[in-house]
Amino acid sequence: MIAKFTGKVWKYGDNINTDVIFPGKYTYQKMEPEEMAKHALEDLDPGFTSKVQEGDILVAGKNFGMGSSREQAAVAVKYAGIKVIIAKSFARIYFRNAINAGMPAIKSPEAVEAIENGEEVTIDMAKGEIITANGTFTFPPYPETVMEILDNNGLINFIKSKI
Amino acid sequence: MGKTFVEKLMGIKAGKEVCASEIVSIQPDYVLSHDNAAAISNTFKKIGVDKVKFPDRVVIILDHEIPAPKESSATNHKEIRNFVKEQGIKNFYDINNGICHQVLVEQGFAMPGKLIVGSDSHTTTYGALGAMSAGIGRSEVAAIWATGELWFQVPETLKIVINGKMPNYITPKDIVLYVIGQIKADGADYQAVEFTGEAVKAMDIGERMVLTNMAAEMGAKNGYVPPDQVTLDYLEGRAKGEFEALYSDEDAVFSRVLEFDISEIPPSVAKPHTVDNYCGIEEVAGTKIDQALIGTCTNGRLSDLEAAARILKGQKVKARTLVIPASWAVYKEAMKQGYLETFIDAGAMVLNPGCGPCLGAHQGVMAPGEVTFSTANRNFKGRMGCREADIYLGSPLAVAASAITGEITHPGRFL
Repeated sequence: MIAKFTGKVWKYGDNINTDVIFPGKYTYQKMEPEEMAKHALEDLDPGFTSKVQEGDILVAGKNFGMGSSREQAAVAVKYAGIKVIIAKSFARIYFRNAINAGMPAIKSPEAVEAIENGEEVTIDMAKGEIITANGTFTFPPYPETVMEILDNNGLINFIKSKI
Repeated sequence: MGKTFVEKLMGIKAGKEVCASEIVSIQPDYVLSHDNAAAISNTFKKIGVDKVKFPDRVVIILDHEIPAPKESSATNHKEIRNFVKEQGIKNFYDINNGICHQVLVEQGFAMPGKLIVGSDSHTTTYGALGAMSAGIGRSEVAAIWATGELWFQVPETLKIVINGKMPNYITPKDIVLYVIGQIKADGADYQAVEFTGEAVKAMDIGERMVLTNMAAEMGAKNGYVPPDQVTLDYLEGRAKGEFEALYSDEDAVFSRVLEFDISEIPPSVAKPHTVDNYCGIEEVAGTKIDQALIGTCTNGRLSDLEAAARILKGQKVKARTLVIPASWAVYKEAMKQGYLETFIDAGAMVLNPGCGPCLGAHQGVMAPGEVTFSTANRNFKGRMGCREADIYLGSPLAVAASAITGEITHPGRFL
């Protein structure tokens, strides 16, 4: 995992559910991650995939990713180019799916309040800092298990490394 | 200091004392998957192990797109059948069984004190039988297939006490929609929810499953009803093995204790496009509906069909009405009781058990501008296949009454 990176922000509201992140009608179609990425946020922001750039940052309000357990909702966002998600809070299965896909999901209500849509934000994973135009915000380090999964770029690689 | 139910259960699994917020690696008793088992088997193969570590702990139940509506779903099912054969998975239930959350309970896998996880968010349902059950992601299921275990955070517990006696126009669905309306969709994020109180004790297993199913819509990790004689009676001759009931200690520490009295609540409706967009039915009474859906893992059980049949007896529906029993066992019993005949005579369509149009894949997807009144658990934009359609959620009584009038209607009118 890259320890420090900067990206442009795509900011959305509270209670974004997995049906608008990755519609249910696609969940049982067999897709590679690159194909999933084409449907990222399809029912929330239909123009998102044509605008997002590799390394951008998704910022959202509370309870991001609520609803269905579909893992594609995390994988699609990651492969669309999103490096990290910052939210006021996450729905628990989405949080797990993001970590297991190797995409950091950072909870920081204060940073979300401060960040403006479209601004550039820097995240320092080692120091636990989010650097925005309106100030720097800290977040607690992940537990060891979660850190190891992220360092392996996801759960499957992590399991492989253990076997 | 006393322990909560989940602290005890996860402690037993971890072989040590555990407290809320601790992360533990533990082995689930059963791991469920459904049509997504094909995708999971692909991920499993990428891990590089040949055999599932504990095949008898794997349960696969096909329900999401059954029978296959298109070639890709058929191929999906075929891959799963091949995988099941190749891995010697005996707990496999093909498309002629029903919705996974109903079948798993009917088959006796859901038992007090067991840890059950599944690649479906409504895996929370089995807590109605005193199990701890939680939804996980697909990769996580693949990881359990390969290694037998997974990391979990021990959750805090929110205790919800439901008191009062249900009026005849109120069902557990009304209660749980009301509660979600109060605590909101993130009201139980990352937490276990324990449902107690006189109203819960008076419910049968099917009714309790409505509460634990909908715990997912509060953001909960799991929902739990303390097992009692009702639980034991249901499991008699059904349980897959031995079990030990676990309970929160008297002095256990809960994150919050919320009490609700449901004696005087009106029938509940969740308005588009979130489950916590609650109102009493009078606020939206008269809203025209194109389609009524009675079924799904929330409200497709016998008590739900009985409720709908009570309303629809001798009536004709104005809205196109879909009735989907949760399993073939439910279907058969509803047939014996004459409910299916009541539905057909009223002009409703009785479909084969399965998830149906709940997730927008087939069997009743919506057109732009249309409105469905549904007994399902989600009304998110696009959920039933069309982002320009509206979904309202309510009880089987309310949906049946509204099917007759073609507009959202208080079920008391037909009781």
